[in-house]
Amino acid sequence: MPKLPAPPLPKVLLPKPKRPGDNGNGAVDPVEAGITVVDWVDERMGLSPGIRWMLFRKVPRGINWAYTLGSATMFAFLSQAVTGVFLAMYYRPDANGGAYESIRYITDDAFLGQFVRGMHKWGASVMIILIFLHMGRVFFFGAYKYPRELTWIIGVVLLILTLAMGFTGYLLPFDQRSYWATIVGVNINGTGPFIGPYLSDFLRAGPEFGATTLSRFYAIHMLLIPGAIAALIGAHLYLITKLGISAPPWIKVEEEPGVAEKAEV
Amino acid sequence: MPGAFEGETVTRRRLMGLTVHTAGGITAAAFTLPALGFALGPLFSREPFDWQPIGQPSDFPNNTYTTKVITIVQGIGSAGKTIAYVRARNPSIDTEHEDQYNHFIALSSRCMHLGCPVRFVAAAQRFICPCHGGVYDFRGMVSGGPPVRPLDRFYTRVRNGLVEIGPRYSVNSELQRFSPRDPGEPLDGIGQYLYPKRFSTSVLPKD
Repeated sequence: MPKLPAPPLPKVLLPKPKRPGDNGNGAVDPVEAGITVVDWVDERMGLSPGIRWMLFRKVPRGINWAYTLGSATMFAFLSQAVTGVFLAMYYRPDANGGAYESIRYITDDAFLGQFVRGMHKWGASVMIILIFLHMGRVFFFGAYKYPRELTWIIGVVLLILTLAMGFTGYLLPFDQRSYWATIVGVNINGTGPFIGPYLSDFLRAGPEFGATTLSRFYAIHMLLIPGAIAALIGAHLYLITKLGISAPPWIKVEEEPGVAEKAEV
Repeated sequence: MPGAFEGETVTRRRLMGLTVHTAGGITAAAFTLPALGFALGPLFSREPFDWQPIGQPSDFPNNTYTTKVITIVQGIGSAGKTIAYVRARNPSIDTEHEDQYNHFIALSSRCMHLGCPVRFVAAAQRFICPCHGGVYDFRGMVSGGPPVRPLDRFYTRVRNGLVEIGPRYSVNSELQRFSPRDPGEPLDGIGQYLYPKRFSTSVLPKD
């Protein structure tokens, strides 16, 4: 004989459900109760699924340390960004001797100045080396192939922007080497037919290396390109997460037992 | 999407959408275009110049060069200075047409390969560039290395008994004058069309 459900009790007679985090002795466990700062923020922004999507994704078998070169390049960029922001607190883009003097002040007088400037200067080379190693890894592993072509294209733009950072940053110490390297670099760029002469006028802000060339390079170096790099790194990372990373070329596809039979049915 | 009544081609929703997009586009253009123009402005503003006196005519013999430091950009100290190598015109070697601007020959020290500073080596009667080995003869014509055209020159004139130096100009291998180009841009043959004149360089006033 089927049992009939019990008639619903009125609300006041129902036993109270246990509150989250209530461990019986009157104290509340904040983690269990979901009342930590992180929970408070996440309840309003709802970012944790996205973070979980980004960080706890599946990766193919056989990946190795070469796969960390992209992250290494990104951390080199973050290091450049942080040290660059603090160098900007002392640097003066003044072509009439002020730039060189401010660099001399950072290097010789400012507390930890030589260290932070050294991080920025050597970090620049580290970033260039890492980005080339990363590109080599992607190229030799064939990781640029379908469906990851757009990731590759964005990566190439990031490479060009990184080289442009190196070019614009080289002028800023404004010593003899910076000055003549920039003259040569701008003139190389001017040898492009038709548009080259106007492009070098744009870079120099005039027909000769002038009063605003240095500030122009400084603005490109610390505002224009870093913003573009940050945005493109975001797109690059999104695509990596969305498409997954590729297996190393020496890993063969292993068919799960049963898959083939199922397909035949 | 059907309209509110028969025959309506643009619905109210679509009209509102178009209006919002147009307003957004105008707003974005209102700050992007002036900023872009501001950044590109220097391409179209002509650089002023002045004639700088550099000495008496007797200071400049015609068989060797005298080094003069001149200012090409005001207000940035030594970064705005450059070196000109100056000598009197020597009719036995200077075969180009003589006019009021070349009684004195003033060569720019900018190497025409990529813009490093050349120096005059009196013993060799040559200009030599330290960067990539460009060599120029006594008249500034290319005699070896990577430079693509002879050394640039400056207009010179004599006023009130003083030699004055004016704007720079470029020359091709026949010493024809062109408005100043950047180093690395050849002016022979097709080069003069591949590397057109710029709007920013100083021009000589017609006087």
